[in-house]
Amino acid sequence: MTPRRRRMLFVGLILLAVSSAAAFLLTALNGNVQYNIVPSDVFAGKAPKDRTFRLGGMVEQGSVKREPGSLQIQFDITDYAHEVTVRYSGVLPDLFREGQGVVVRGKLVKATNDMKDGQRLMIAEEVLAKHDENYMPPNVAESLKKTHDTRRMQETAVTSQPPVNN
Amino acid sequence: MNWVWFHKLASPPTAYAFARALRPWLFWPAALMMIWASYAGLFVVPPDYQQQDAFRIIFVHVPAASLSLLVYSMMAIAAGIGLIWRMKLAHAVAAACVLPGAVFTVLALATGAIWGKPMWGAWWAWDPRLTTELILLFMYLGYMALRASFDDIGRADRASAVLALVGLVNIPIIKYSVVWWNSLHQGQTLSLFGKSAIDPSMVTPLLVMLLAFLMFFGALLCDGLCAQILRRERNAQWLLKQVQ
Repeated sequence: MTPRRRRMLFVGLILLAVSSAAAFLLTALNGNVQYNIVPSDVFAGKAPKDRTFRLGGMVEQGSVKREPGSLQIQFDITDYAHEVTVRYSGVLPDLFREGQGVVVRGKLVKATNDMKDGQRLMIAEEVLAKHDENYMPPNVAESLKKTHDTRRMQETAVTSQPPVNN
Repeated sequence: MNWVWFHKLASPPTAYAFARALRPWLFWPAALMMIWASYAGLFVVPPDYQQQDAFRIIFVHVPAASLSLLVYSMMAIAAGIGLIWRMKLAHAVAAACVLPGAVFTVLALATGAIWGKPMWGAWWAWDPRLTTELILLFMYLGYMALRASFDDIGRADRASAVLALVGLVNIPIIKYSVVWWNSLHQGQTLSLFGKSAIDPSMVTPLLVMLLAFLMFFGALLCDGLCAQILRRERNAQWLLKQVQ
């Protein structure tokens, strides 16, 4: 083996060792690397109990209720399969609105009496708004909306993320 | 294949002359394109339907972030070539990549934070994309620190080349972090072989800015390479002749 061949092998082995180490590490961490989980995970019992975690999804159309005279707000987060109700008190990012993707950090608590059976409630400490990678002028968005494409587009913004597979 | 031209280019005197001659041809077009793309991005392109004017930071953020990945890949490949073929000029190229690469990474992180605060509601989040990009910055800084810790330039070359190759694994992880995991960061907008997710009325300044950043990096690389050659060849006859 020539010295050059040996050095080539050395570089190849570095790359192989590091990439397989990274692959094992990432497979092992897969669940923990997720920035957020989705409402379906909560209903599948995959949400941490008594610990804060991040929940992501869409703000359900027509679910936002503001308490007049305070910063208190309640809304539902949906992944189009399940919903989790969120209560939050604080300043919301500019992009927060119905139909927008959000990530909230908080803790699951016992549902209050005024809620439906089986409904889940989260008290949020932080609400972050997401936006997708589509950029367009308002008039283009308007004409897309007219052709009922916006809804499909917004749905793909949530579902384009891979399902959580632990 | 005839590799004579390549070996000739790899000799320090030719590379030095080549880099010095090439630099203005990269720098001035890059400067002009940056000025045009900044103007078009700020004043000509229509506002975004959701983010209004705040999205205009994309014209700096995306080129800076793309370059931070590209420069690292180039640095690692140059370091690998230097390691395998014992090519001093390749090591010099790798050494010249690190400072521009680190600056692009800082720029990507800073513009990302400035964009994130009004839109997401947070300067920083421990999101996969943001975290891996931060690791990239540490790789660049680690490379610099390792290089600075050796007096002998040959040993510095070899040790830092191994580090650069180890860090290469982070590059695909950064690129695919938004695909593999749920994240706060949006997906990729520009696509090399497909339809980009940005409206055609907004895309031209972005592409021009990307090209401008590339050429600007090329100019910085020429400067860095010349500095590296000056340092490495400080006792060489050809250099003394040039200076006199």
